[in-house]
Amino acid sequence: MSAGMPVRRHWLPIGLEAERRLDTPRWLPLATLGVGLLVALLISGALLAIIGADPLLVLRHILIASFGSLGVLSDTLVKATPLMFTGLACAVAFRMRLWNIGAEGQLFLGAWGASAVVLVPMLPAGVSPFIVVPVMLVCGILAGALWGGIAGWLKARFGVNEIITTLMLNYIAIQWVRFWVFGPWSEGGFQLSRQFPREAWLPRLTDFASVVRDFAGLTVHLGLVIAIVCAVLVWFWLSRTRTGYEIRLIGDNPRAAHYAGIDIGRTVILVMLVSGGLAGLAGMTEVSGSVHRLQDGFSPGYGFTGVIIAYLARFNPFGVIVASIAFGGLILAGREIQPAGIPSMIQGIVLFCVISSDVLLRYRLRVVRR
Amino acid sequence: MTPVVASEGEPSTPGPGTSDPALATLAVAMTGIVKRFPGLVANDQVDFDLRPGEVHALLGENGAGKSTLMNILAGIYRPDAGEIRVHGQPFEATSPRDAIAAGIGMIHQHFTLVPSLTVTENVLLGLDEPRFRLRLQEYGERIAALGERAGLRVDPEARVWQLSVGEQQRVEILKMLYRGARILVMDEPTAVLAPQETQELFRTLRTMTASGGSIVFISHKLDEVLAIADRITVLRKGRVTAAGIPAAGRTRPELARLMVGRDVLETIDKPPVTPGAVVLEMRDVRARNDRELPALHGVSLEVRGGEILGIAGVAGNGQTELAEVITGLRHCTGSIRVNGTEVAGRPPRASIAQGVAHVPEDRHGTGSAPNLSLTDNLVMKSYRSEPIARGWLLDRLAARRQARDLTTAYEVSAPSVDTEARLLSGGNLQRLIFAREIATGPSLMVAVQPSRGLDVGAVATVHRLLLERRTAGAAVLLISEDLDEILAISDRVAVIYEGRIRGITDSAAADIETLGLLMTGDAIDGSDAGAADA
Ligand SMILES: Nc1ncnc2c1ncn2[C@@H]1O[C@H](COP(=O)(O)OP(=O)(O)OP(=O)(O)O)[C@@H](O)[C@H]1O
Ligand SMILES: [Mg+2]
Repeated sequence: MSAGMPVRRHWLPIGLEAERRLDTPRWLPLATLGVGLLVALLISGALLAIIGADPLLVLRHILIASFGSLGVLSDTLVKATPLMFTGLACAVAFRMRLWNIGAEGQLFLGAWGASAVVLVPMLPAGVSPFIVVPVMLVCGILAGALWGGIAGWLKARFGVNEIITTLMLNYIAIQWVRFWVFGPWSEGGFQLSRQFPREAWLPRLTDFASVVRDFAGLTVHLGLVIAIVCAVLVWFWLSRTRTGYEIRLIGDNPRAAHYAGIDIGRTVILVMLVSGGLAGLAGMTEVSGSVHRLQDGFSPGYGFTGVIIAYLARFNPFGVIVASIAFGGLILAGREIQPAGIPSMIQGIVLFCVISSDVLLRYRLRVVRR
Repeated sequence: MTPVVASEGEPSTPGPGTSDPALATLAVAMTGIVKRFPGLVANDQVDFDLRPGEVHALLGENGAGKSTLMNILAGIYRPDAGEIRVHGQPFEATSPRDAIAAGIGMIHQHFTLVPSLTVTENVLLGLDEPRFRLRLQEYGERIAALGERAGLRVDPEARVWQLSVGEQQRVEILKMLYRGARILVMDEPTAVLAPQETQELFRTLRTMTASGGSIVFISHKLDEVLAIADRITVLRKGRVTAAGIPAAGRTRPELARLMVGRDVLETIDKPPVTPGAVVLEMRDVRARNDRELPALHGVSLEVRGGEILGIAGVAGNGQTELAEVITGLRHCTGSIRVNGTEVAGRPPRASIAQGVAHVPEDRHGTGSAPNLSLTDNLVMKSYRSEPIARGWLLDRLAARRQARDLTTAYEVSAPSVDTEARLLSGGNLQRLIFAREIATGPSLMVAVQPSRGLDVGAVATVHRLLLERRTAGAAVLLISEDLDEILAISDRVAVIYEGRIRGITDSAAADIETLGLLMTGDAIDGSDAGAADA
């Protein structure tokens, strides 16, 4: 026929061709993750070499600084704990292709809700920690859930894009907390509240140093256990319950879910409530377990890192735990390594490579001769 | 017969020049093709050849490996073993792009057009030319001229969403011709076409073959195969059972036997059933389609228990919308009662609770979740009740057990119940959806094109199962474009035309001629009061 296929010109004798994969073997996701990490390591190494550092030494240093001793491991886990919660929050929502990028705001609100128990105060002074801490947990969850739920309701009721609403709600939440710590709850005019009384602290390992000597100085707190329990619960919820099935169905094909009689709007609200509640727990455990007061900017973007964690974990709850610990390590190493930019640079490279490696999931690459 | 020396860099143009005179006369020669998927061999030492200027039909049961074989030819899959020659030249495609460069174009059952773009834009999509300035006018004229020559008339400036299914298919063909395809692979092209559109397609195909093009034609409709094919190859469970036999003089039962390996009983017995109470009652139902245009103009009808009402009509006259308002997927006004309960404007759950099952027209978009397992797909309607639901928990073992039972009983062939639904062959996915819906034991079955894409044996099974539901006292609304199907199993027949129901008659008294005229909107000027308002 008249119009021929335009000729493709090749500049190199060999090239790389991508072929769409139609089947994804089970081992593939893990393998691509490995490839991504390896490439990230090589690139980071090369960059470090260029700026004149010994890559292996730096890597060793990072590992030692974040996992090298019981003390730093404990610090790593402290950093990882809020990431686990925000990672789970995002993973739950992303499973349903609900793009909640408001974990940061939900975290702030959760922290505020928990702090309110102490700072309003909602309970009389001197109440047993066995009452104060659970009440703080509940208030943290509720406040975070409320914040997530608003976006969920707007989406379900009016079809408002949740990316926009959750993003905007972040700013409101951060400013809301700022208002309280600058104003009503400010301690001596600083942008932080007074320290919480001991009964409002989540127990830490170091609190038991009188029983086990080695625990002295280990600040890892009960939040870690709660996070792991949450991961198990989330996994169970998604894979073993009716609602979990509905979430998976909506995530894969909303039209089919609607056809199966599932109330999508209701599920959207529910998932946003759960997602927000998990992020709220991040805030609660952070103020009650680690910071021990509410203060401006107490989160260095845990909510946003949660997006990345969820993605790295491919929305798998247990993957979230692993990815959070790795990231906690990198954050911690940031304090040790000079210049300070190195760990965040490595963090960026890791992300970039792992996310790009996703392409291997969908395409098979092969070298071809022209 | 001078051997062509492969030139460096530039791909050599596919042409008749070749080293092997015996193979040179063949457009395509596939030998010893093997393709394995996890858990099964889809193609097992398959030989297939295609002569210039012929229509070669590829037949076989659902899951026999037809689409797989042609996907290999079109560069979508790579064979695990075997050799392919195109016009005598060894052919190794790693992408559809390579295949089209060798003159091979495949038209899938799912169109790959962009609805919001024009015909011209769709044809040019993905090409390197035009480069910066689009000069759509000029290209549009070229495309129109090409269409004129090939007997494919379409308006190059029309937007694809405005086109009928038949017209969209023509655009797909044009797209391939424009890219220089001389070998056209069509995977079940007629499954979505009305009879007239099929005739038009056949004319186009004959024009193509007359000028030396070759066509591979996959279809389950044996009459069509006998009408258009020069030769026939039959696959059974991945192996060739008839290799390129001449089509002339063959009969339907003969072909069916080659496909299935035993005689297929195509006649079905339809026991008399006394209709019971009214199960479905629609009064003055109006609805709009996805483009917000009126699609149903005051539809009223009744279906009793123990009765099959067939709705005949050319696609796009409101069938999809009719099914969707009954099952709660689409908003409407008017009244729809199922077992006396009003379901109009209620969510799908309300219809499901009244025992309405639905085999939707769009099996990928609506009827299944492609990336979930067969199990997850099979429990879509039953996960709320025992034994799969245990309170708010889901019993996975029970779900798998049910999935295994259903796949066995309804012959859905797949490596396991954990296989993702998107990996099923077209006909097997249709079986899965039908199995899921009929297994709920519905009081009203809304079946839209239930036998689309099914092989002869499976079509007979679907008809038998629908009749069994009827005997059990259920009401069945059968929406189909296939008049033979409707007349074979319905008790009464109605025709839907431009969103109106006309001429409900006893199927025993109905004749194809009159129905055909009603379907195309001729005949009834003045006889139908509703036709006056526009
Ligand atoms: N990508 C894949 N991965 C795994 N199995 C596959 C894949 N593609 C096809 N299959 C399996 O290979 C077999 C042959 O499928 P194929 O699509 O070729 O059948 P078919 O002859 O076209 O059937 P139908 O008439 O139903 O369209 C089926 O059992 C199908 O489930
Ligand atoms: Mg097929």
